[in-house]
Amino acid sequence: MIQVEKVSKSFGGLMAVCDVSLDLGTVPITGLVGPNGSGKTTLFHMITGFYPLDKGRIRFCNEEISGRAPHEISRRGVVRTFQHTRVLPFLSTRENLLSAAPNQRGERLSSLFFKPRAVKEEEKRHWARAEEILSLIHLAPLAEELSGRLSYGQQKLLELGRVLMAQPKMILLDEPTAGINPTLIRRLIEILKELTRKGVQVFLIEHNMPLVAEICDRVFVMDSGNLIFSGTPAEAVRDAGVIEAYLGRETRAS
Amino acid sequence: MDYLLHTLVVAVIYSAFAVSLNLELGFTGLYNFGHVAFFGIGAYTSALLSLAGFPAAASLFLGMGASGAAGALIAVPALRLTGDYFGIATLAFGEMIRLFFLNERWLTKGPMGLPGIPRPFGIHGGVAGLPFYLLLSAVLGAGVFLLAYRLTRSPFGRALKVVREDEYVAQALGKNVLSLKVRIVAMGSLMAGLAGALYGHYITYISPSDFTLNETILVLLCVVLGGRGTQWGPVLGAFLVIFFQEFLRFLPLPVEFGRVVAPLQGMVYGAALILLMLKRPEGLLPEYRV
Repeated sequence: MIQVEKVSKSFGGLMAVCDVSLDLGTVPITGLVGPNGSGKTTLFHMITGFYPLDKGRIRFCNEEISGRAPHEISRRGVVRTFQHTRVLPFLSTRENLLSAAPNQRGERLSSLFFKPRAVKEEEKRHWARAEEILSLIHLAPLAEELSGRLSYGQQKLLELGRVLMAQPKMILLDEPTAGINPTLIRRLIEILKELTRKGVQVFLIEHNMPLVAEICDRVFVMDSGNLIFSGTPAEAVRDAGVIEAYLGRETRAS
Repeated sequence: MDYLLHTLVVAVIYSAFAVSLNLELGFTGLYNFGHVAFFGIGAYTSALLSLAGFPAAASLFLGMGASGAAGALIAVPALRLTGDYFGIATLAFGEMIRLFFLNERWLTKGPMGLPGIPRPFGIHGGVAGLPFYLLLSAVLGAGVFLLAYRLTRSPFGRALKVVREDEYVAQALGKNVLSLKVRIVAMGSLMAGLAGALYGHYITYISPSDFTLNETILVLLCVVLGGRGTQWGPVLGAFLVIFFQEFLRFLPLPVEFGRVVAPLQGMVYGAALILLMLKRPEGLLPEYRV
């Protein structure tokens, strides 16, 4: 339900994203691929409000979200992960999850002091939800551990768990499988599919093409800041422009 | 005995002061180097009001309110700065407030200070009032501690820690980072203001030289020594620092030595801070097991 309309972003002389338009419609899982430096992560930063747009606009559920602060966009249900894992190292695994629960009453000072019981009940609900997610991402035995001590793959899963906890409508995952072992990747795919069954849309940046072909219903390809392809993954791997972007132009020695 | 009571009163007041700084420094990761300004605003507001004939007990809380309001007001622009720049801005603010106390003679009597500040609830201004003042400080200090406890052992406190750990993640999870910071600085200033007001009414005399950068460093040392981001750390730190400071007076040093030793105190605190940072940055009561 995200519509990106003619957005551009440049850093000095570098055009990181150039006049890109795309519409995610209601496609359950959409992939965003492209060589390194093609502007994928920049586009994610723009959608989630971390980078202001130079031009264009972005809408979510037919409401304009461009120009809004990251936390406002997140509260509307567009929640992201980061390319390099960003767990909260000195909070426990469980606290990492609890902190992601959306719109917490207990974060308002008035409720904290005047409605302590409501805060407590809400916290109990979040605690139960965190337990579910902990077992879903296989981190239940490490619930009390400082998240900074988890392995890289576990931290990646915890980041995904945190997104789940936020009860989003749309999740943006920046390279969710980088550095995760194959067993955990299967786990991740199951979780994503389960999510889409619940009506959550997924938009992910991924370099692992077989994986993209397996799970994505649609794929966008970017190269040097431009959108060069949109279609099914099967079409993408046959597309001459896409092949050229990844492998370079074939030249014939004469 | 009276001396012990006196030291306890000061330690309790400094505990409240340290607890208030810990909200910002320990839980939110905000390096507020001008925290003494709020201690001073509380002290001066309360002292001036009570000297103008207001009941001292009411002045105490008005001083607290004034300091909290000042905190909220200054927090909004200062917190638009990130990291180190916030530290510099607060450092400048602390100095600004001290210069205000020093130069606005019509209000503060400048370097002369304000003598004869009455104690609240008719507590005797001399040694006879010590036990009662200790009780008053302990009750209000406990109030500050419980307030800080409630604030930090809650989803609100957890959100503060998220901000401390990673502001980008906080934003991505829908936390309004600026609002969280402003609220905690306002709360921290409120508590520092109460501690300052208690201090003024206790000593019964305040002057601008009570609110220098040295006090900020002293309270910083209390927090870091005890343990940042913990409930009891700042209290432990304040007691250790204040008792250490007071018992230094009993060292059997020749009188001529005093001149040399007095400036050494600042050096000792500085050295203690550096040593702590190197050897035990988490303080005596660490926030998490390492």
